[in-house]
Amino acid sequence: MNSSYLSDYVQKIPPSGIRKFFDLAATIDGVISLGVGEPDFVTPWHAREACINSLEEGYTAYTPNAGLLELRNEISDYLYRRFNVSYHPTNEIIVTVGGSQALDITLRTILNPGDEVLVIEPCFVSYAPLIDLCGGISVRVSTSPENGFKITPEQLETAITPKTKAVMLCSPNNPTGTFLNKNDLEALSKVIIQHDLLVLSDEIYAELTYDEEFTSIASISGMRERTFLISGFSKGFAMTGWRLGYVCAPKDFISPMLKIHQYTIMCAPTMSQFAAIESLKHGENEVGEMIHSYRRRRNFFVESLNEIGLPCHNPGGAFYVFPSIRNTGLTSEEFAENLLLKQKVAVVPGSVFGKSGEGYIRCSYASSMEALQEALKRMKNFLYTLQ
Amino acid sequence: MENLKIELLRALEENARYSIPVLSKMLQTDEATIKQLIKTLREENIILKYTALVDWSKVEKHEEKVFALIDVKVQPKRGVGFDEIAERIYRYNEVQSVYLMSGAYDLSVMVEGKSMHEIAMFVSEKLSTLDSVLSTATHFMLKKYKHDGTVFEKVKEDKRIVVTP
Repeated sequence: MNSSYLSDYVQKIPPSGIRKFFDLAATIDGVISLGVGEPDFVTPWHAREACINSLEEGYTAYTPNAGLLELRNEISDYLYRRFNVSYHPTNEIIVTVGGSQALDITLRTILNPGDEVLVIEPCFVSYAPLIDLCGGISVRVSTSPENGFKITPEQLETAITPKTKAVMLCSPNNPTGTFLNKNDLEALSKVIIQHDLLVLSDEIYAELTYDEEFTSIASISGMRERTFLISGFSKGFAMTGWRLGYVCAPKDFISPMLKIHQYTIMCAPTMSQFAAIESLKHGENEVGEMIHSYRRRRNFFVESLNEIGLPCHNPGGAFYVFPSIRNTGLTSEEFAENLLLKQKVAVVPGSVFGKSGEGYIRCSYASSMEALQEALKRMKNFLYTLQ
Repeated sequence: MENLKIELLRALEENARYSIPVLSKMLQTDEATIKQLIKTLREENIILKYTALVDWSKVEKHEEKVFALIDVKVQPKRGVGFDEIAERIYRYNEVQSVYLMSGAYDLSVMVEGKSMHEIAMFVSEKLSTLDSVLSTATHFMLKKYKHDGTVFEKVKEDKRIVVTP
């Protein structure tokens, strides 16, 4: 095919490094996967049932562009109740197709060609490509393991140029599990306000913190007016396949965003929205149980990895551990590939999450204790064969 | 310590076979403390016993077991209420569980036997003849679908794809 058929933007973005790994892992039988970026819980039955009921009652039509008002009301109540941030349900919330679409419409709403967005790495694989697709420039800011992969105000300050428009933040973080507490966020906010930047705050893992209460950056003084709070139901409520998220921002941002949303998506899937209403209304117990279960597994897994010789910090949230594989002398891709081929354990090479992820692997502990114990045994064998 | 106790009990309720080293890591507490705490919980009868949940219907050639749930109406006694008659009932080996219930009857009694006949005899000869028992209604259990939060039959399968971002 003549490559001029394709847009420069799409040609410029690289394919996801995860895809390649998935193709390899899918060909091998008996793999224990620590490579999955989603909960091991099935969506609680009450939410599934609410979806089924909505179908039985014939709710199969479009919803308003911004989503069912009842759902936006619930989101608004939930955010206030849990994180003390307030967004008006009628004009400050859009229900989206997962957090990913929320990111996309936000970036398309704010970026002009050449605008720079700071991306704190290691981070979720979509951030930089989505920025690049808008003609923006993704400026990678590397964090360091000595600091538990927390971005510091100094690192942020250094990366800012006159072209910087926004900062992408994600806490708790995928792939490092790093959690930014209120103090961290206040320190970063000072720099952000001083340079009059916008913030895209990916709070998809907000429910999953294990040591400290989650703080939304939107709740910090002076930040709400410049924050896009992006979240969804995938991780905390175990609803990945439903593809349902939302973005909250001041109404002057939401109304232009709604234009893009209405022309590209129309609205998020109706049946998923009914399930989400139920999750917000009655999901608290289930979420609580999941958090207890994740915390126990995190504690077990982090200590066990350190014990077998894969050093890692204790991540404050999400369900990922990001151990260093530096002392093996392998690149993270070599390590992951060999571990998969020789011991049938799938992990994700840290390098797919950015340059500063090289030398690390992402292991998800959203798997049964039996699977985690077996995986550790195999990883220990693998390390032994490397010696 | 109270939190640790609850966390430990939760973990053991999930799987009583977690080893001390595993529990120690899960609860970020040293092994000696965990050991001591389990000992205390046993002594205080907070942990009553460790058991396996068995699906006997899958085991061939084992002697057949029949279960019945019996609704029992009783006459409570002054001073001891329902406790005395409940105790009389739970002493029988055939009795698996006894609960005091709200509603149309008083005690819910789960009985195990080798046959329906054996259970019928237990109800007519032992249970019904107790002084405080006013009436009984026996329901035989036909199939176990879910017990103590665990679903029988179905094997749990991971429906997720192997690697995702």
